[in-house]
Amino acid sequence: MKPIEMERVQQTLDELKNKEVYVHLETTNGAYASHFNDKAYNVGAYIRNAKVSFNQAKIVGDGKSYRVGLKMEMGWIYAEGLTDWTMHEGSKLLMAGHDQEGRLMVSLEISETPFSH
Amino acid sequence: MEKHVVVIYPHPDDESFGAAGTIANFRQQGVPVTYLCGTLGEMGRNMGSPAFANRETLPQIRKEELTNACNVLDIELEMLGYRDKTIEFEDRMEIAKNLKGYLDKIKPSLVITHYPAYAVHPDHNALGAAAIEAVRLMDPENRPTVWAQAISKDFPQDLGEPDVTNDITDTFDKKFEAILAHKSQAMGVLVQHKQKQPEMDDLKEIAKQNLGKERFYIWKY
Ligand SMILES: [Zn+2]
Repeated sequence: MKPIEMERVQQTLDELKNKEVYVHLETTNGAYASHFNDKAYNVGAYIRNAKVSFNQAKIVGDGKSYRVGLKMEMGWIYAEGLTDWTMHEGSKLLMAGHDQEGRLMVSLEISETPFSH
Repeated sequence: MEKHVVVIYPHPDDESFGAAGTIANFRQQGVPVTYLCGTLGEMGRNMGSPAFANRETLPQIRKEELTNACNVLDIELEMLGYRDKTIEFEDRMEIAKNLKGYLDKIKPSLVITHYPAYAVHPDHNALGAAAIEAVRLMDPENRPTVWAQAISKDFPQDLGEPDVTNDITDTFDKKFEAILAHKSQAMGVLVQHKQKQPEMDDLKEIAKQNLGKERFYIWKY
């Protein structure tokens, strides 16, 4: 992945508006968080291939990390801490945030075709 | 001497971090070893350092790394096709029956797996429990010995000293080579061990101290 280029991501989000799309949304601090640090406990959530449609989409950020919000007819999808992006197989928008060691902490992915499962 | 050893863990790299020295010892004696690997570690956080994988490319990358590690260790590999982080939500008996199918065919004398409830990761606990159940489903006279591996920090207090302690100094180079075959994962995991010993620089030495003994409990049915 490469550092987020805000304009190009916004353009891609716009192209995905008002379509039936598949979303992967995930956040995690790892299955070993509390194993390596007594004060930590494991937190995580993911949803894969949620079929949704959004009519507004915006990326906001300060050049280091970004937030993306997708407005649906009856709710929102939101991710914070996104730092990197890539287009996977030409058509899948992948965004993710990594810690200093390169470990994934948050991920938001949108595609017109389902993600492998 | 063992006839055939089957290793049952959920993630590509569990075999290398957890049991590669023991596996290498068996291979030196000419004992066949088969790894039944539960998932492709699809939900792993480590993407390489620096990162070269992403959530969508990770499964294929880890599949190749797993194949390479199994070649380093000279063992057979079967991929079970479950999905990372979901094993505990599957029907345990169904997984146990699936595993039993492999065991009936391979007829191992020894099975190595995780110790349920003491193996930290929910996939480890769930697949370990299913593996132990799979052996329970076999006729008592055909059952292989089961070595169960605990990982949690407090396990010796609860479980007592492990029945089997393999000092793997002689095969550690092989183990480290197998770990490094998991290119996307090795550094991320080794660095976590390093954080416990920040004064040490040599990752291989740190690995030797933390992973130089492989310990197992003999499961009692
Ligand atoms: Zn594992």
